[in-house]
Amino acid sequence: MVIVNIIVTALLGVGVFFILVGSIGLLRFPDFYTRLHATGKCDTLGGGLVILGAMIYHFFQYPETLLVPAKLAFLVFFIFIANPTATHAIMKAAYKTGVKPWRLGEERR
Amino acid sequence: MVTIFLVASLLIVITMGLSLYRAVAGPGVFNRVAAVNIIGTKTIVLLVVMGYYFERPYFFDIALLYAMINFIGALVFAKYLERGELWS
Amino acid sequence: MTKGEKRFGILLTFCIMAVFWVLLSGIFDAFHLISGLICCAIVAVISHDLLVKGKSEKKLLKSLRLVIYIPWELWQIVLANIDVAYRVLHPKMPIDPLIIEFETTLRGEFSLVTLANSITLTPGTITILVEPERGKFWVHAIAKEPADALLVDQTMQKKVAHVFMET
Repeated sequence: MVIVNIIVTALLGVGVFFILVGSIGLLRFPDFYTRLHATGKCDTLGGGLVILGAMIYHFFQYPETLLVPAKLAFLVFFIFIANPTATHAIMKAAYKTGVKPWRLGEERR
Repeated sequence: MVTIFLVASLLIVITMGLSLYRAVAGPGVFNRVAAVNIIGTKTIVLLVVMGYYFERPYFFDIALLYAMINFIGALVFAKYLERGELWS
Repeated sequence: MTKGEKRFGILLTFCIMAVFWVLLSGIFDAFHLISGLICCAIVAVISHDLLVKGKSEKKLLKSLRLVIYIPWELWQIVLANIDVAYRVLHPKMPIDPLIIEFETTLRGEFSLVTLANSITLTPGTITILVEPERGKFWVHAIAKEPADALLVDQTMQKKVAHVFMET
């Protein structure tokens, strides 16, 4: 049981670290398009790792009900498909409305 | 063991606060839409972690439903901002 | 769509809906199962053509190649996040954004969607626009190296074309 505790703690730690990095990128980057780079990639993997850690915890703590990890697996699959699609849709709307991208050497906006 | 979930959920709430700054102060509407979408994704993760901390298995259904609502909301917003209208 | 295709579409939609009903409810007594089957039948008859459309050959081989493609993609997702974490936490923030465009030989709907999703999930690039008639992609890259990996090497286009057999 100690091994399972260590694995779950490690997965949760790495997942929360990636979510934190995504949020810091949202504050630090100088332009709208680069901010979407930070959040669209980091949040997907961070959330997926946290839910994966919770699934492994469930396998060993409550081994009778196996439908709940199946539900969580479907949730992870949905996040991996839905987040990049929503990111692409927002970026397409910004590009067509005329938001100018940032080049190296300009000021923040 | 369940205190790990409490610590994780506190850290996720702190990151939600950081994204809220971008939702308030981002110049223009697109920064705000991206920040609100990210807060929605973090809500799903927070719901799953809270479901394990409070030992209520019904939170996962709410998380699945909110994932779909968040996705559809982001797409509707993007379509409206691109075209200026929803139906033509 | 011919009648055979319509019947196959209705049956496939019904099976997928029934699996989701049983998975999400978790209750196995007679009332819930029978009402689930009735609801799945009504949904499958009314809107089966949203899920199963068109006709293409060698579906089984394409599905197998797609399943083999997924672990490479997961490894690229991990690399992408390590790359973004390096660029965010570095004190000098080495980014140099640019927008590139290129053409591919893919024309089918599902293959274009898979390539766009893979480009968004790999290190340093996000898809902006897709033009389905000529297979043109507009991509925003965050630095010069990921843009070169997409324009010059073209590993991802070759892999997706191999999965869908160059549709």
